[in-house]
Amino acid sequence: MSFLLVFAIVLAIGLAAFVAGRQRARAQDDGTVKPHSRAHYHGWWAFLTGVVPAVLFLAAWDIGASAYLNSHIHSALPADVADGTVAQEDLAAGLVKSLASGLRKLDSQTLSALPSSFAELQPMLAAKGVALAPDTQDYMIPIATEANRVSDRLGMISAVVSVGLALIGVGFGLRGISPRARARNNVEKVMLWSLLGASTLAILTTIGIVLSMLFQTIAFFEKVPLSNFFFGTVWDPRFAAAGAGASEGQFGLIPLLAGTLYIAFVALLVAVPIGLMSAVYMSEYAAPKVRAVVKPALELLAGIPTIVYGIFALVTLGPFLRDISAALTGGTPFIQAQSILTAGLVMGVMLIPVVSSLSDDIITAVPRAMRDGSLGLGATRSETIKRVILPAALPGIVGAILLTASRAIGETMIVVLAAGVAANLTLNPFEAMTTITVKIVNQLTGDLEFNTPQTLVAFALGITLFALTLVMNIVALYIVRKYREQYE
Amino acid sequence: MTDISLDTLTTSAARPRRDIGIKKRYAAERRFRLYGVLAIAVGLAFLGVMLTSIISKGYTAFWQTTVTLAINFDEKVIDPSNKRATDPNVLITANYPKLAEAALIEKLGIDPNDKAEVRKLKGFLSDSSRVQLRAIVAADPSVIGTTRNVDILAAANMDSAFKGQIDLEVPESRRKVSDQQVEWMNKLKAEGVMAEHFNTGLFSYGASSRPETSGVGVALIGSFYMMVIVLLLALPIGVAASIYLEEFAKKSRFTDLIEVNINNLAAVPSIVFGLLGLAVFINFLGLPRSASFVGGLVLTLMTLPTIIIATRAALAAVPPSIRSAALGLGASKMQMVFQHILPLAAPGILTGTIIGLARALGETAPLLLIGMVAFVADYPKTPFDPATALPVQIYMWANEAERAFVERMSGAIIILLIFLMAMNIVAIVLRRRFERRW
Amino acid sequence: MNIMTEKSLDDAVNAEMNARSNEIIKMRGDKVTVHYGDKQALFGVDLDVRQNQVTALIGPSGCGKSTFLRCLNRMNDTIDSASVGGKITLDNEDIYDPKIDVVELRARVGMVFQKPNPFPKSIYENVAYGPRIHGLAKNKAELDIIVEKSLQKAALWNEAKDRLNEPGTGLSGGQQQRLCIARAIAVSPEVILMDEPCSALDPIATAKVEELIDELRENYTIVIVTHSMQQAARVSQRTAMFHLGYLVEEGATDKMFTNPDDKRTQDYITGRFG
Repeated sequence: MSFLLVFAIVLAIGLAAFVAGRQRARAQDDGTVKPHSRAHYHGWWAFLTGVVPAVLFLAAWDIGASAYLNSHIHSALPADVADGTVAQEDLAAGLVKSLASGLRKLDSQTLSALPSSFAELQPMLAAKGVALAPDTQDYMIPIATEANRVSDRLGMISAVVSVGLALIGVGFGLRGISPRARARNNVEKVMLWSLLGASTLAILTTIGIVLSMLFQTIAFFEKVPLSNFFFGTVWDPRFAAAGAGASEGQFGLIPLLAGTLYIAFVALLVAVPIGLMSAVYMSEYAAPKVRAVVKPALELLAGIPTIVYGIFALVTLGPFLRDISAALTGGTPFIQAQSILTAGLVMGVMLIPVVSSLSDDIITAVPRAMRDGSLGLGATRSETIKRVILPAALPGIVGAILLTASRAIGETMIVVLAAGVAANLTLNPFEAMTTITVKIVNQLTGDLEFNTPQTLVAFALGITLFALTLVMNIVALYIVRKYREQYE
Repeated sequence: MTDISLDTLTTSAARPRRDIGIKKRYAAERRFRLYGVLAIAVGLAFLGVMLTSIISKGYTAFWQTTVTLAINFDEKVIDPSNKRATDPNVLITANYPKLAEAALIEKLGIDPNDKAEVRKLKGFLSDSSRVQLRAIVAADPSVIGTTRNVDILAAANMDSAFKGQIDLEVPESRRKVSDQQVEWMNKLKAEGVMAEHFNTGLFSYGASSRPETSGVGVALIGSFYMMVIVLLLALPIGVAASIYLEEFAKKSRFTDLIEVNINNLAAVPSIVFGLLGLAVFINFLGLPRSASFVGGLVLTLMTLPTIIIATRAALAAVPPSIRSAALGLGASKMQMVFQHILPLAAPGILTGTIIGLARALGETAPLLLIGMVAFVADYPKTPFDPATALPVQIYMWANEAERAFVERMSGAIIILLIFLMAMNIVAIVLRRRFERRW
Repeated sequence: MNIMTEKSLDDAVNAEMNARSNEIIKMRGDKVTVHYGDKQALFGVDLDVRQNQVTALIGPSGCGKSTFLRCLNRMNDTIDSASVGGKITLDNEDIYDPKIDVVELRARVGMVFQKPNPFPKSIYENVAYGPRIHGLAKNKAELDIIVEKSLQKAALWNEAKDRLNEPGTGLSGGQQQRLCIARAIAVSPEVILMDEPCSALDPIATAKVEELIDELRENYTIVIVTHSMQQAARVSQRTAMFHLGYLVEEGATDKMFTNPDDKRTQDYITGRFG
């Protein structure tokens, strides 16, 4: 029985319990005792006692069953496959799984007299609309049949137990109904727990991020020494030789980190003055009517996906800068189409609204009394801004710039399209450099084999990036919070 | 006042003025203002240039050149040995482009036996005629032997030439359409046989190696699945988490930890979520690669902080008087939240959700890592089938060299931006309409 | 130190003007009206401010006294929705005349606010701020003198002289307010406007500031808005009573508190409303 079907049955039992519970509670209300909870709370309580344990069991069983089935298939693979590379083994297991799900389409009569060669089986499956990879082997057919049998048995057990649990739970819930039973409190307690559960998802996500990357990173460092990664100045992972040997390829972080920081620096050079000045103008000078038009327009810049900025850099700005530089020297362009300058410029523009909206919040948090104090002494507006407001807002602005820098470092699509893929170490902003994020994308797109250093390095890069931005974010958020508290 | 006239009052005389450098200071003031105006102008100018560049490159993608030809479904071409009754494969493998070519030869009045002339027709019509004509025959085999008018797509290069995007000044050998083809094109255009139509295919086709038959159909469905998944998961979970943190949680180290986590997750680079998706959902839980389900899960985790932050702000904006009123009437805290606070906060929550969804819709990087950069030609029937997403499709076209793909890419960007704009406008309207009415 | 005896040009002028007469009109409001958007806050107020005297503006909250005060150095300009009608003169010059520069005006008519609002800078920098922006000191030595003298006049020098480089926000509330007064004095204004300067202070700090106001009268013309009847009686020579945007009555403080002409003034002073 399928997961969804069992789930639907459990749900149906629960709904029936709801109706029955409500009915029972109403019937009990003869007007002599004031009921503690209204009838529908009794219904919901019966629903919850039935559904929650059954569904929890069903989910746990399903995850366990698929893990068991997986190991079952792996252990059944012939020795020569199992002894091969992990990738080969995974591939074979994948073929068995698709064969197994294909076999489910056949009727029982055909199944009882299954041909033992895949060549005979293939047309039978094709007639049912099942297309299978041609390198499916004959030995996989019995494994697949066996896997289906095991999975059927596991499914049957789970169905019986879940439905049983649901019925027992419903019985328990319904029996407890009495006028003074605190059904509402019980229901609300369950709700509170689920609210709490939802809010812990944030922690689980962080843990998931750290753990998932940590395991792969450890696997990477088992194959490549730490110093090679952190202090290496050459990035040459040798894709072609992937799988040929773990020691091949060089995974130096330095050129990627340098490119990341350089591009982020150029971007901040663009974004900070422009963003800050527009925030100042918006909050201190612009007439309300102007603000009503210009502010959403600038916010529009923030709403445009980064891929669009990247495309603009790739298709329009990069070639434009190259042609201009070619025209200036009269032939050879000194700005490459993909360059630090192009990527930095476009990323800078993307960050303008980030800087301006963050610093707008910061500037408006400076109390009005500060402004009045300065204006009342006869300072002009710009003197007030330059000498009182900005110095007062400085810590907050530093926090905002840090947050923006963390955005710049983690930005992916603009640099993938505009910065280039060559891991150079250069100071010339007209040349191409690459970044950590570009390499994460490069190493993980296309056909990949897990467990090679070439793909695992992406996780080492990822955890580096995560740690870098985490520190910046936490420091920035701390500064901004302290800053706000000061004026609250 | 009346008593002023009673006193003998004089008015103070003007005293010598101090020099406080007014002129210089006002010049500085004006300069400072100018910097502000310039900063905004730079931002808006960039926005303008970028949008203009994309729209001017992309708007032509919404039109497509077709050639209306009287196709003779010639039995001799489709089924020369008359075996279709017994072998259904005959109708599938028949040489349909030949029919289209024959019709074009006839239309242009070329001698079918003049091999040199006929060869020049190569690359005039799209090879998609195979699929198109096969579908007509499959739907109604009785057309065989009859003649019917069919709109055949022009090949991508002819489409570009027809739209005037190919510079005819360039020597013939260095451009992709020959002089003869241009001449035929002009002839067909004058007859009204070759014309531009609204390009519905852009919205319905999937991935294709031929620009004229590639579109964002699969990507739209993939993006749609993902948005539904994000909405179904992120909204309830986000609202539940916000309610807990804003209304129930007591200040403790645990809630502080949750709070720091949420604020930090909002600033984690999106690509890190892609790594999480790859390692946890695909490798550990064994979910399929390239599936919109996994994409939806990754985007949900990414969108959650945005929704939580917006929802908490909306909940906090509901005045305490309403809370006291509800509690004072004997409602439990849970009833107060769900019956009074939540409905009042709903517009704010909705606005935050829409903005979160818009961000998720434009997100590309994490989807690359979970394998959504795939060549998918068929519509995904379920969220577990391979699919792409709109921004990923744009990214894939960006890596194609052909001019016609750049046009498609820009067209797809326009579609994406229209969706985002619509979502943002809805959010703004909601915010305006329901802005704090208490 | 000879700074103690040295008097600036402005102080000399002030003293001389003071010697000539006690009854010179420094500022005059003529049918002053103020609108905030559609709402009218002041209705045709005529009021004279006399030189080297303290004029107190009293009245219940929302009566327009602070609004009037803010008109005197055009602080209402900073509020987008505010519009001012009528005429206000300083030394017989219309301060709303387009030829008059608001920066110059505010350098002549300084302001001290309700809540002490020192800038988040050192004590020295707070006081030096005004002279710096207006270029009143040619060099550091002159600036030092101005700072010291201003702090002395604000009766803060003894408390602050050893901590000039500490942040002004670190002072106590009363000290902060005297710092703000020193900051205003440092610009050598002719008129000082004070908007309820003691409302955020404790009684001891209030007494100190009141004492200071009385001393400052020698060199400056002062307009003070206050909630407290006693304060108005203690520090001012003339009092103006506002109610609902109208000027009810204006006259010598002694007379106002003993024998007011208007029933409303009497009611307010005796605490019937307010």
